[in-house]
Amino acid sequence: MSESVRMFLVQVSYFVAAILFILGLKRMSSPLTAQGGIVWAGIGMLVATLFTFLYPGLGNFTWMIVAIAIGGGLAWWSGKRVAMTDMPQMIAIYNGMGGGAAAAIAAVELLKGGHHGPVVMTLAVLGALIGAVSFSGSIIAFLKLQGLMNKTYALPAHNLISWGVLAVAVILGVAIAMSNAVMTPIIIAFFLLALLYGVLMTVPIGGADMPVIISLYNAFTGLAVGFEGFVLGNYAMIIAGIVVGASGTLLTQLMAKAMNRPISKLLTAGSVQGGGQAIEGEQKAIEAQDAAIQLAYASKVVIVPGYGMAVAQAQHKVWELTKLLKEKGIEVKFAIHPVAGRMPGHMNVLLAEAGVDYELIQDLEEINPEFNTVDVALIIGANDVVNPVARTDPSSPIYGMPILNVDYAKNVIVIKRGKGAGFSGVENALFYLPNTRMFYGSGQEAVNQLIQQVKLL
Amino acid sequence: MNETWAALYIFLLAAFTGYEIISRVPVILHTPLMSGSNFVHGIVLVGAMVALGRATTGLEIAIGFFAVALGAMNAVGGYVVTERMLAMFQKKPGSETKSGGGH
Repeated sequence: MSESVRMFLVQVSYFVAAILFILGLKRMSSPLTAQGGIVWAGIGMLVATLFTFLYPGLGNFTWMIVAIAIGGGLAWWSGKRVAMTDMPQMIAIYNGMGGGAAAAIAAVELLKGGHHGPVVMTLAVLGALIGAVSFSGSIIAFLKLQGLMNKTYALPAHNLISWGVLAVAVILGVAIAMSNAVMTPIIIAFFLLALLYGVLMTVPIGGADMPVIISLYNAFTGLAVGFEGFVLGNYAMIIAGIVVGASGTLLTQLMAKAMNRPISKLLTAGSVQGGGQAIEGEQKAIEAQDAAIQLAYASKVVIVPGYGMAVAQAQHKVWELTKLLKEKGIEVKFAIHPVAGRMPGHMNVLLAEAGVDYELIQDLEEINPEFNTVDVALIIGANDVVNPVARTDPSSPIYGMPILNVDYAKNVIVIKRGKGAGFSGVENALFYLPNTRMFYGSGQEAVNQLIQQVKLL
Repeated sequence: MNETWAALYIFLLAAFTGYEIISRVPVILHTPLMSGSNFVHGIVLVGAMVALGRATTGLEIAIGFFAVALGAMNAVGGYVVTERMLAMFQKKPGSETKSGGGH
């Protein structure tokens, strides 16, 4: 095949891939077609990858195949065996790898030296910066969610130092973009500073804010890929990267809004922890038998599952309890906060895994007006999303966050492992209300006890 | 220069497309969709392959190798994770509860 024919085939494959990516993402935005969507996008990826081997003027094929085998193999192996609860950090780590790849492409191009105009050079440097930040930042996010890095760290004058690091990186980047000569030491320093900034940006951020940050890095990687696509003249990369960059930015805003965490505040101040007024009163405990009686003689029960339920792998038991109560003619619903689990929609995935029917699952707007007709609200492993101080205490860091108004229910039963505060470090006023009873125990075991007791009634 | 401008217009249109695709998505699909878009930017793999394929010095080859391995992780990992998550939605909405079936 002549070079022009090969290039034509490559371009056709990229064109087809771009169409399949957009249609695939479109299908993924509706529950009925979502599953087909990823297959379409997957076919696009496969076609583009295979045809790239025809790209004229390429060498190093052995290295290429070895690298694909190693990277692809590792990802396949880890992606297949990870538990559903750990999905958010897997998204973070794969996303970071994409950012790293974009930064590495930029590194190769910059080290080759400028045959590019100023626009292209600027985009190359910008993509390198964003990609490198996404790479190191996502790795930190992964370590935190995986529980390998539990604390939030902050240096003295943390903001000043990170802004300083970013500023120097940007200055070096401008120097690289403007210069015609290849300045290897400066390029290396630029990448090291960009990586350092990603670390500095992520370490002060607490677990509760991680979804927003992961989503932000997802948008970052998209942009970086789009910019490097520009450098390589690769339209498939431009389209896929920028589509993800734009959709990722919107998704980040939606998440930040759902959690009442402005992105600008996250990036400058890190997470807000603790604070708010102290809460008077005491928590009242309840035994399995009494809790079961309350449930069994209710006419309407709403279950509020949180990440704690998912960690305890209690979703199957919860569904068993639900079916038991429904057999008794009790109306049972699930109330899902937009950020239940670790990310918007994560809890729906976990409940779907356990076989819970869609029509029982209600979101915040649907269920909140109903709580004053609810006999028992059963909270399993949820905390901040049911904390009424978000409505009542303006000094609380979670003030203003939309919550599930479970405190309006006639009775509230909270299944909880211990007396600690929630993810945000804020004390939960719900636990001290007169109509609240605490049922201490780990999720799976506690629900199991309820099932046994309900069966006896 | 013309090609640069054409690429900038593609930028613009792609940005609107991305915004449109996601603006009417139900919350339950936010996580799978984030995962899906994470897969889509795995197309960085083809760019990495081109970068490695053109690399000449040892350093360029090393960085290019690194880029391809990372890009492959992004693409393959992104696919596997998204596919597994969306498989949870296989059951159609409105289907009847299986009677008595424990798990």
